[in-house]
Amino acid sequence: MSIFIDKDTKLVVQGITGRDGSFHTQQAMDYGTRVVAGVTPGKGGQQFSGTVPIFNTVAQAVAATGANTSVIYVPARFAADAIYEAADAGIALIVCISEGVPVLDMTRVMPFVRDCGARLIGPNCPGLISPGQSKVGIVPGQICAEGKVGVVSRSGTLTYEIIHQLTKSGYGQSTCIGIGGDPIIGTNFIDCLQEFQADPATEAIVMIGEIGGTAEQEASEFVAQHVSKPVVGFIAGQTAPPGRRMGHAGAIISGSAGTAAEKMAALEAANIGVMKRPMEVVQLLKGRL
Amino acid sequence: MNLHEYQARGLLKQAGIPVPDGEVAVSPDEVEQIAARMGDGVVVKAQVHAGGRGKAGGVKLAKNPKEARAHAEKILGMQIKGLTVEKVLVVPTSAIASESYVGVIVDRASERAVVMVSPAGGVDIEEVAAKTPEKIFKQPVDPKYGLLPHQAMSLAFNLYDDVKQVRQAATIMQQLYQAFLNAGASLAEINPLITTPSGEVVALDAKIGVDDNELERRPNIAALRDVSSEAPAEVAARDAGLTYIKLDGQVGCCVNGAGLAMATMDLVKYYGGEPANFLDIGGSSSPEKVITALEIITSDPNVKAILFNIFGGITRCDDVANGIVAATKQTKLAVPIVIRLTGTNEDAAVKILQQAGFEALTDMDEAVQQAVKLAQEAA
Repeated sequence: MSIFIDKDTKLVVQGITGRDGSFHTQQAMDYGTRVVAGVTPGKGGQQFSGTVPIFNTVAQAVAATGANTSVIYVPARFAADAIYEAADAGIALIVCISEGVPVLDMTRVMPFVRDCGARLIGPNCPGLISPGQSKVGIVPGQICAEGKVGVVSRSGTLTYEIIHQLTKSGYGQSTCIGIGGDPIIGTNFIDCLQEFQADPATEAIVMIGEIGGTAEQEASEFVAQHVSKPVVGFIAGQTAPPGRRMGHAGAIISGSAGTAAEKMAALEAANIGVMKRPMEVVQLLKGRL
Repeated sequence: MNLHEYQARGLLKQAGIPVPDGEVAVSPDEVEQIAARMGDGVVVKAQVHAGGRGKAGGVKLAKNPKEARAHAEKILGMQIKGLTVEKVLVVPTSAIASESYVGVIVDRASERAVVMVSPAGGVDIEEVAAKTPEKIFKQPVDPKYGLLPHQAMSLAFNLYDDVKQVRQAATIMQQLYQAFLNAGASLAEINPLITTPSGEVVALDAKIGVDDNELERRPNIAALRDVSSEAPAEVAARDAGLTYIKLDGQVGCCVNGAGLAMATMDLVKYYGGEPANFLDIGGSSSPEKVITALEIITSDPNVKAILFNIFGGITRCDDVANGIVAATKQTKLAVPIVIRLTGTNEDAAVKILQQAGFEALTDMDEAVQQAVKLAQEAA
């Protein structure tokens, strides 16, 4: 078991012929993901890698292949519309890897996606992987292993670092999901925590946050009330100066709000094991399993 | 991207908001002439991307043109939070009957733009929010309908009793929301929004922060970028597709990914060092990017050791290794370097580095400890 994606995930890739889209589609296929279709306007009728049919629109791809999940690799200026298109076509799970979607666009995208009954992950995220089953996005498959730890994170490479620590020490993962570092995102910590709590294959949860906003504090409250499985957490940005955007659009300390210290205190108050260094993840998990 | 006050005032004016006339000057001569033209008293305001201008002595009242000139001589060229003041804004002094706050921000929780007002204006609004939250009033805006007139009126009744002023303020809020949208802003605020003794509602100061992701489709806003007001290294980094923020420590960090970059800085601190910078080389690396990154890091005289921390995903470790080798062939490094790489094409990278005489580590903790130790020995 896993959350959001599994062996039955039928994936359509939006922007399959682009540089990033084609590279990561090949990686996903090599990993065993069921890639059933690609979309690039104007290239309908062609094939990707000799086996995957390419369509002009997502609606055509869904009608012909029954795709239920989409992943978006299009350039930033087309990304918001790609999300609308996927939702419009009845895709249930939309994963937007593309970065650079304006936040004001996201204020319009989110109500639309909800009205369509779809779930969005991202934008500006590495996507997710259920080891041994399916990989949607850019998380490197070789650092993951099948297992019982659920990983949810606002970051990309920092997540890889922590997955790497887990795998090295024999802790495989049920699903690893990067929710993205933007101020407005489709799926937040709480959504993932809820799913991990309900997933019988997940026995413990690792949560990786960073400075900016209050998502980690809200997630901590949720853990205190609704999560019975052990949770350990990490907050990046203890040394970040206030008022400066640390790469991610969402990673900014405004005034006194959103500091790492504040978030770590919230985690501790919810009985979440707080790592001081990424490599402490294994030791903390061991103590709680 | 932050706009200067004079640029933000311009956008508010375009949106129809009453803003007193002001002029920008780059020399004391100009300031004196402008002050003479304006008559009466003026305010000379440093135009620099830093908060706390007033406290730093960057905002001064002048009773006459000579005094305005004297202030300008001090303010122009002044350093505020490490940034040099290149321009000042000269505005006539305004008689103030009351001061309020009006702002529009993107609220993560409601996933909407929120209009926020307070009768406690003219001071730091975050302090007001922290100490007297009951003095802050908010209205989330549905992007489908915009800020509706009655919503703006409801907010404005929290500021004024006089219905004429309420209507003026409500109109200003709707105009501010429009200016916020047109600029692709993440923040637009008027602080203070004043009433004059004759009862007019006027915007005295303006602040606009623009979402960087909007700049590509808004060339008119992108053209407002003033690179002379930014740290040169940060400009060079941005041009090369890197994100760089200078800090005050001795360990220069070069990392792929924002989260890992922050975690690396934190680990430097954990082991008793201080990071010299935040530097994210981004996803798809090329040797050229790495060369630029090294140039930027070594241009900081505080740097006593350099730390590379690369977790290869999209980023290929061999690209990074090639960049390091090429950069150090051009100019020999004056400080020690510690390189940690793992992930995509790690084996090839290790070979490239070893052939060039570098040691390559695979463990993050070990690499950070080594870099901190080297920086301390050199200091």
